[in-house]
Amino acid sequence: MTTTPLTVGDHLTDLVIEPISRTTLALFAGASGDHNPVHIDSDVAASAGLDDVFAHGMLSMAYLARLLTDNFGIDNVRSYRTRFASITPVHGQPTCRGVVREVSEVDGERLATLDLTVELSDGTTTMLGEAVISLD
Amino acid sequence: MGLTTDLIGTSRPGGTLLITRSRLRFFARATGQSDPVFIDEAAARRAGHRDLPVPPTFFFSVDLEAPDPFAYLDALGVDLRAVLHGEQEFVYHRTAHAGDELSSSTVVTDVYDKKGGELQFMVTETPIVDQDGKRVVTMRNTLVVRQLAGVGA
Repeated sequence: MTTTPLTVGDHLTDLVIEPISRTTLALFAGASGDHNPVHIDSDVAASAGLDDVFAHGMLSMAYLARLLTDNFGIDNVRSYRTRFASITPVHGQPTCRGVVREVSEVDGERLATLDLTVELSDGTTTMLGEAVISLD
Repeated sequence: MGLTTDLIGTSRPGGTLLITRSRLRFFARATGQSDPVFIDEAAARRAGHRDLPVPPTFFFSVDLEAPDPFAYLDALGVDLRAVLHGEQEFVYHRTAHAGDELSSSTVVTDVYDKKGGELQFMVTETPIVDQDGKRVVTMRNTLVVRQLAGVGA
């Protein structure tokens, strides 16, 4: 586990993901149980008027969750939510970021609220989120 | 057909998933997870877990374990190709581990549209319980249905 940031404004070390391949999408479809063909079958994507398959939103959310568990451990994640702002095309390369927005004490437990983003290498923000972490 | 406010308050059964180490390792591989706590039983035990812990977003897969998880969309006349994931939230009540059997059920909490009906939204709440009926996670999901321009439904 890396050093736990405690101060408002602290940035977690960015988590840079490899470009998302079709193999990754196939593996994630199987591992997650989300077999929606729009993520794995380019014929279906084309029939929906799309240029190509695109990544499951939950794949990006899983990457961003790694940032949380890497830094704080799974038992300390109290809540985690995201808004999917734009799709992640196949070959997109996500970077996961987190910054401490607030540190507070609720019922004797120190909690940090983090602002989270996932951004592609071309600057597109694909996901915006928030997590509440126990610091005790 | 499509999403109407009549759906608010309706519920549907979800899935049941017996969490196995192999499935969690598969999920770790698919998501580039290399933290041994999620892969190696001994490392998990050293970290204080009774078995491999379920990672934060894997709970979404419990609901997808239903025999035909997208059938309810079909029944509503919603084309799966037009569906986007809008928002997702997890509120964690306890850590789950390999060996647990988790079950989901879903209630529709809101339906609305934007851009004059061009985009339709359905908000659902999905509690997940373990084999003892204890609440593990509460999921909230916003699903977006867009118009498929020029595509036969």
